[in-house]
Amino acid sequence: MATTSEPHYRRPLLPTPFHARARALAQSDAFIPWAGYTTVDVFTTAEQEYFAIRNAASVYDLTPMVKYRIAGADALRFLNRLLTRDIGKLRPGRVAYGVWCNDAGHLIDDGTVFCLGAGEYRLCTAERQLDWLLDSAIGFDVAISEVTEEVAALALQGPTSYSVLRKAGVAGVERLKPFELGNFTVPAAGDAPLMVSRTGFTGDLGYELWMQPKDAAAVWDVLMEAGRTRGIRAIGSRALNIARIEAGFVLPNVDFIPSERTVFIGTERSPLELGLAWLVDFGKGHFTGRRALLEEQRRGSRRRLVGLDIEGTKPAHNALLYSDRALRRQAGSVTSAAWSPTTKRNLALAMVDAPHFSTGSTLWAEIYLNRELVWERRVVRARVVERPFFAPERRRVTPPAEF
Amino acid sequence: MSAARPARGARYDCIVVGGGHNGLTCAAYLARAGRSVLVLEAADRVGGAAVTREFAPGFRVSACAHLLHLMPGKLIAELNLSAHGLKLAAAQLPTTALSADDAHLPLGPEGAAVLAAQSAHDAAAYPAYGARLARLAARLRPILGATPPRLGTAGWRDRAALLGLGLRLRALGRRDMRELLRIGPMCVQDLLDEHFESPLLKGALGFDAVLGTNYGPRSPGTVFTLLYRLAAAGEEGGGLAQPLGGLGALSEALAGAARAAGAQVRTGAVVKRILVRDDRAAGVVLASGEELAAGAVVSSADPKTTFLGLLGAEHLDAGFVRRIVHLRARGLAAKLHLALDAAPRFAGLDPAALRGRLLWAPSPEHIERAFNHAKYGEFSASPILEITVPTVSDPALAPAGAHVLSVVAQYAPFALAGGWAEGRRRFTELLIDTLTALAPGLRAQVRHAELLSPEDLEREFRITGGHWHHAELALDQFFMLRPVPGVAQYRAPVGGLYLCGAGCHPGGGVMGLAGRNAAREVVREAA
Repeated sequence: MATTSEPHYRRPLLPTPFHARARALAQSDAFIPWAGYTTVDVFTTAEQEYFAIRNAASVYDLTPMVKYRIAGADALRFLNRLLTRDIGKLRPGRVAYGVWCNDAGHLIDDGTVFCLGAGEYRLCTAERQLDWLLDSAIGFDVAISEVTEEVAALALQGPTSYSVLRKAGVAGVERLKPFELGNFTVPAAGDAPLMVSRTGFTGDLGYELWMQPKDAAAVWDVLMEAGRTRGIRAIGSRALNIARIEAGFVLPNVDFIPSERTVFIGTERSPLELGLAWLVDFGKGHFTGRRALLEEQRRGSRRRLVGLDIEGTKPAHNALLYSDRALRRQAGSVTSAAWSPTTKRNLALAMVDAPHFSTGSTLWAEIYLNRELVWERRVVRARVVERPFFAPERRRVTPPAEF
Repeated sequence: MSAARPARGARYDCIVVGGGHNGLTCAAYLARAGRSVLVLEAADRVGGAAVTREFAPGFRVSACAHLLHLMPGKLIAELNLSAHGLKLAAAQLPTTALSADDAHLPLGPEGAAVLAAQSAHDAAAYPAYGARLARLAARLRPILGATPPRLGTAGWRDRAALLGLGLRLRALGRRDMRELLRIGPMCVQDLLDEHFESPLLKGALGFDAVLGTNYGPRSPGTVFTLLYRLAAAGEEGGGLAQPLGGLGALSEALAGAARAAGAQVRTGAVVKRILVRDDRAAGVVLASGEELAAGAVVSSADPKTTFLGLLGAEHLDAGFVRRIVHLRARGLAAKLHLALDAAPRFAGLDPAALRGRLLWAPSPEHIERAFNHAKYGEFSASPILEITVPTVSDPALAPAGAHVLSVVAQYAPFALAGGWAEGRRRFTELLIDTLTALAPGLRAQVRHAELLSPEDLEREFRITGGHWHHAELALDQFFMLRPVPGVAQYRAPVGGLYLCGAGCHPGGGVMGLAGRNAAREVVREAA
């Protein structure tokens, strides 16, 4: 751990409040940087951790998620001008997924908005962007501050996640419907206050737990003890990535580059291109990028992110896509790929050129395989299919089933 | 939107916000194009910053702009302003560079002999320098009356405009084009040092490069501001003129032309808000609560007032709002009005020069030192001055025998350290001292003094930052970049909203081209 006398540049990545616990379990010692923190990529093996998400319960340290407190008389007006979605419909105690754009209608980031009360919100994002938020706040009576370090967070996801919370003594969680949040306490952790939202990045039954950093280690211990007989396991980012591809969620810097970071012209992406048109509400009044997106809607998008079901079992990482088997006409490329253990399908998210984005379209993927340094090329059929690829009913059932 | 009651009365094709010279010009052209037009002016009289008003009992003055030299003769003729009452009290006014040792230097051909006596070298160099700058300015002049093209569009009009711009510059010929590209971004002092040795001449020529700007003669881009001024000065030899009755008489004539074409002009009508319906400007709400509906709203208010004040950030994209907030628009020029018992007596000055423009900027170094203070929020310890005595040509502005001194004084920063409430008196005293050193006995002649700091100009003329160009005139805020990229074609991002003020191309000074250009775009869009 960094000592206070040590200059920050000697240890530029911060430990999260769960770091000591994670370090003790990180058998493969695979840590990766995330938004200024050091976090675990893989504890044991990604496969083992993945199955905890789908068959038991998984604990993932979310603390590096950038969090902003947004409050004030104009907080709602501010958010409605920032996000493409109508936040006016978001009641206190609810969470909404949303995206926001620059003037050109290009995606800056996605995130979740938590309505904590009248005129008070929390925005959780992948990227730091206080400058954009402050620019967006010009002309609005709203106070914005980053609270990332003030809030420790865990994602507790998987079919037994509800049972784990119950066993941990967090009373009342059963009433939370998807995208609802509530305030609870953890009796076994000295009555530590715990905000619980029924949200997540796995497309499964699961919760996100928000707490004070001082309670973090105690809450972790209570969860691990409560989940001991329910298959609980700490997971890293690699296992989560398989689950989020199955759920069909996009990831900044993987499926799109935040527009404020792109260098080359034409590499920005709009929400319409990312298949997020359902998040764009043209009828709610003005928001940044609205006029550009209306124009894009009028002209028709030139490309779209789609789900692909690919022949064979080899993940199509970075594969180029063609409209013909002879690979003469390129029609896009894969942005995320994984073999899905649960659906037993070879899945991918891909940015595909018009007109190939309708469900059922067939493309050809050029996959390069490294077989012990002998490279092979496979040309396989890739079908455009609906997302999400995996959406178990249990993610929605309220109260959730006990295991 | 709160309980909007339906507007009573007529719906206008166009509502023009602000009855300054650009708003009135725009209204006149719109009305001539057959539009029903209503001009709403907040003040009790039209004119905005081109206005004549009393500042002491019996003494009247052009309260902000005090000379007419930028408005194209073509515009004056098209709107037939002479038929609407515009008369000149004086034209072809001379400019004289005042010297501390009474060796005052008339600029232009009339001063050739005086200049030769001071520096034979400069006298020889001056005509060629003047001719080259005039050639360059002549090539830039058509740009002022044109709508800037958009970059990166496939539109034929934009491409034609860019092509025309290129051809016009190419037509300068190899030597002049190279010279334009070389000197445009330079500081004016370097250019003057290349040609001249006389501090007085260099000071006077440099003065026009920094007048009304946030620059000193050693600031990059000041050759551009000089060329801009030369380009904007009328094509018929660029005479300085003084309307009879002051600049307010010009505004009255513009209002007359607008009314004659069918426009209505209302004064005392403070626009509070621009109404937006379905992402289109639909009219305005007055401070009184009255709602007026219109097919288009054309704002001659400065860009910050228009977008952040009247329209509101919620109707705009965040990146655009950031650009508007960062628009540089803080005035550095103050205006001093003195009511004098008698004509001022400038030591050693030919009395005929008193009808013209007197410059106090004895050297570029003097100007730069004056500018240094402003950089740190102080007013100049030794200011530079543009002095006129309008009562020489227009005695009716003052009681018989008395005179008015109208002075532009630099530098006076908008955000004065310590504030203008306290600084106003000190700066006024400093200016009167400076003037008295040039015109002995002047202090004793002063019956009344009025100083308008940029803060006062902001308040009286409703210009954010009190900058008479509404937005700093600089290469990065000019032409396609004025006021900010995206709205340089007078069209706001919100449909049906247009800009027609000095904050748009080609900028301020009493020129009227922003209003004329904007009217053309409004008519083109509706057509």
